[in-house]
Amino acid sequence: MSEPKPDPKPFEATVESDSRKAPVRVAFVTRRTSPQVKAQDDQYVMTWPEGLFRAAVACEVLTIGLVLMALFWDAPLEGLADPMQTPNPAKAPWYFLGLQELLHYFPPVVGGVLIPTLVVIALIVIPYFNVNVEAQGVWSRNRRKRLRIFYVLLLALIALLLAFEVWAVLAPTVVISAAMLFAAREPEPAGRFHRWLSSHPLSFWIMTWFLVTATLLTAIGTFFRGPGWSWVWPWSA
Amino acid sequence: MAKAIESYWTDLLGTLRDTKVWRSVFRGGAGSGNLHSALSVQQNVFLHLASVKMRRKALAFSVTWYLGTLTLATFFILTGTGILLMLYYHPSVPQAYADMKDLQFVVSAGVFLRNLHRWSAQAMVFLVFAHMFKVFYRGAYRSPREFNWVIGVVLLIITLFLSYTGYLLPWDQLAFWAITVGSNIMSAVPVLGQKVRFLMLGGNTVNANALLRFYVLHCVILPLAAAFFIAIHFWRIRKDGGLHTEKAATHE
Repeated sequence: MSEPKPDPKPFEATVESDSRKAPVRVAFVTRRTSPQVKAQDDQYVMTWPEGLFRAAVACEVLTIGLVLMALFWDAPLEGLADPMQTPNPAKAPWYFLGLQELLHYFPPVVGGVLIPTLVVIALIVIPYFNVNVEAQGVWSRNRRKRLRIFYVLLLALIALLLAFEVWAVLAPTVVISAAMLFAAREPEPAGRFHRWLSSHPLSFWIMTWFLVTATLLTAIGTFFRGPGWSWVWPWSA
Repeated sequence: MAKAIESYWTDLLGTLRDTKVWRSVFRGGAGSGNLHSALSVQQNVFLHLASVKMRRKALAFSVTWYLGTLTLATFFILTGTGILLMLYYHPSVPQAYADMKDLQFVVSAGVFLRNLHRWSAQAMVFLVFAHMFKVFYRGAYRSPREFNWVIGVVLLIITLFLSYTGYLLPWDQLAFWAITVGSNIMSAVPVLGQKVRFLMLGGNTVNANALLRFYVLHCVILPLAAAFFIAIHFWRIRKDGGLHTEKAATHE
């Protein structure tokens, strides 16, 4: 009973942004398109039970781990607080020991106020930072110009760290900047590792530098500092 | 035998879920279809923060390492153990320290309670940091999730303050001097430093006033602030298009 359909009109492609004139339009998805567009074709599952069940299992595993820890490892408790007796060294909680280690090198206003404030501000602006959102390799464009800026900033930072004798920050700075310079070695990355290194945006390098430095400072403050904040080996204590 | 017991329980649960009373509480009702799954999330004020459906890819362990979920779990453990600890604690000098000793020698499972609270607190600080770095390296902070990242930074700071204020409460040497060291850093803030420190401690030294202030911050103000921002943080996952499942975008 079906009648033969009339032939569709020949397809005509034009560049048109008015939806009334060209009702069927093709959108070109560029690399910078938001994840919402990219993820449209994804498969979906029900949050309950698929997601929430897995979340519950993960929470239970964590809880079991913490309960075992609490059963076999006692929380520290020292003597009654005594303002007249200062322990040597007096240490902050472990997550502030990186900061306390910085105070060993810098005056309080720098190590205790300026640097933490800068870290918090840096963390907040990460998603709004243009270099970051584009997520291009730091050396992918304007390589020479960027290298020049990099050298100036790096030398200034190293000079600052040398002036305050901040070895614990200097070491990771040298390692990370060496990796960055290795990534910048040639305009066209050759090997796989080299290509991987040079694919990272500036934000990746800054964050990695922050992660390595913070971990190192915290470890030193926690394990390697004794009376008068002097260097001690953890095994000799 | 085992099968018979299982079907018995399934029937019983099904009957229960179909009763008038149960359905007056949980609107989803009995059944296991997609509609019921959807309703059980959508009709629940807490689960409603999450979307009804999620990407299959987001279930994979490698995407999130479940770090956000686990951080929330530590928050729940800390709330539970914290409320129990409050029953045995007086924020006064030197009674606070005596209460620690009571937890050790008098209260049933007192040591376990304090241990669980303390280790969970350490775990929470660690997990918050881990979560932040994981989100960064996955590139999950990018548009449209910029603001949720900022809320995450706020939650990081709240978590650090929660842990820091809790550190003073045992009123032992460790607590007293850690807070003294920390609050001395505060006084290095130009112009306002001394005033902020005075406000925080309720005096010029770490004393009974400081203990009371830290107690109120630790048990009331900061947990409420954390719960407030956690709710927004989870709700925005749904509003920003679900969990980020793309691999970190890099330049090709």
